[in-house]
Amino acid sequence: MTAAPLPLVEQFQFGLDAPICLTWELTYACNLSCVHCLSSSGRRDPRELSTAECKAVIDELERMQVFYVNIGGGEPTVRPDFWELVDYATEHHVGVKFSTNGVKITPEIAHRLAESDYVDVQISLDGATAAVNDPVRGSGSYDTALQAMQHLADAGFRGFKISVVMTRHNVGQLDDFAAIADRFDAQLRITRLRPSGRGADVWDELHMSPDQQRELYDWLVASGDNVLTGDSFFHLAGYGESLPGLNLCGAGRVVCLIDPVGDVYACPFAIHENFLAGNVRDAGGFTSVWRQSSLFTELRQPQSGGACTSCSAYDACRGGCMAAKFFTGLPLDGPDPECVKGHGERALAAVVAGTAPKPSLDHSHRGKPVPLTLSRRPPDRACDENPLAGLAIADALAR
Amino acid sequence: MVAAERGAAFDLDAAWQLHRQVAIRPERFGALLYHFGTRRLSFLKSPTLLAVVRALAERPSARVACTDAGVAAADLPQYRAALSTLAASQMICERTSS
Repeated sequence: MTAAPLPLVEQFQFGLDAPICLTWELTYACNLSCVHCLSSSGRRDPRELSTAECKAVIDELERMQVFYVNIGGGEPTVRPDFWELVDYATEHHVGVKFSTNGVKITPEIAHRLAESDYVDVQISLDGATAAVNDPVRGSGSYDTALQAMQHLADAGFRGFKISVVMTRHNVGQLDDFAAIADRFDAQLRITRLRPSGRGADVWDELHMSPDQQRELYDWLVASGDNVLTGDSFFHLAGYGESLPGLNLCGAGRVVCLIDPVGDVYACPFAIHENFLAGNVRDAGGFTSVWRQSSLFTELRQPQSGGACTSCSAYDACRGGCMAAKFFTGLPLDGPDPECVKGHGERALAAVVAGTAPKPSLDHSHRGKPVPLTLSRRPPDRACDENPLAGLAIADALAR
Repeated sequence: MVAAERGAAFDLDAAWQLHRQVAIRPERFGALLYHFGTRRLSFLKSPTLLAVVRALAERPSARVACTDAGVAAADLPQYRAALSTLAASQMICERTSS
């Protein structure tokens, strides 16, 4: 009898030869200006990867056997070469799931998408009604998203994703979101609001209250069988029963981000120089960054639970989300700001206002006043690209 | 669920193969499988199970694939359960003609 294999969660801590879930943001350009945009998108960056450079990255992903990429932005479909790159990826055995606000999903495009087995579409929607959605994503964005969904459904595209970032304003609409997904024969995907990018500016106003987190957890346990979460709520495992999926921060281990200028970050929610591992334009390309960068090597070392080590829930939540801690000014080896035991709130109270790190980049549209209240704030984007999207774990060998 | 119970429905004596839309990526713990049709991932949690899955298409039955990969008789129920899980998620399918 051979020794029992380590649980996957332990295997993954040491990293894989290639990422399972790779997020690739193709452009910082976006027609919207969502208040919580995790990449602070708006304007294109002149240094963005060219079509040829993008194809070279796809060639590398094919060699590394990265099965699919989660493409986002910005709004990726506004790149003139977007469909060309999607076709190139699928021809090279790299599946594509892309996030969009729906602006370019015409009936013609919807038909084209419905014909491919290798392309999946995720429409962002942050309210089950325009009244809840539009203050976050922008005026008219609800109608745009629903029209895109209608076009996909009319074209016979089954099972596209409707992706919702959970906030204190939409958590009460979970059943309504599920009904919208049913209406279009789509699948609901809900993810966590992170204080990343412009999300840091609105996190205090938008993140769920402790009671709402519990409500969400209970809803997922009761009704979440067919709901995707990108494994983004693993910090809620501290309530007891783990949610399906990978209960582990995958940053630099199974997950990473390639940003529009080719920079490789540990995760899509950590666009900051502290989490920058290298650039795909460097000698050795993405493969070397993934396999040899000092940052990723460090992230694959055993991590200290720090202040959380003595907590009974640590084995379940593993200290929560690195990015959420970082951008709220908390130490990385302490509790998550939304720790279900309340340790995060106490830690946040000790953070001096204004000392939390700021994102290293800002491509927000210029000339718009910084909104002081949500109701005045213009809209935005496909912000919720999440690391472990669609990851359905079937443990193939019984433990 | 007990491994033997979960694998009870799986026909070890039938001929199986990897689904044509499934790709395998070896990793140090075993392998990742990805099904491009269902867009689902699965994990093979041992190199031996990977050897079994790779052998399926070349062997007259799943039982022979297991034996040839060095699976001991006592471990067979565990592997049958794993194969059953893979069949349920369409990662492997029965060969209709050989």
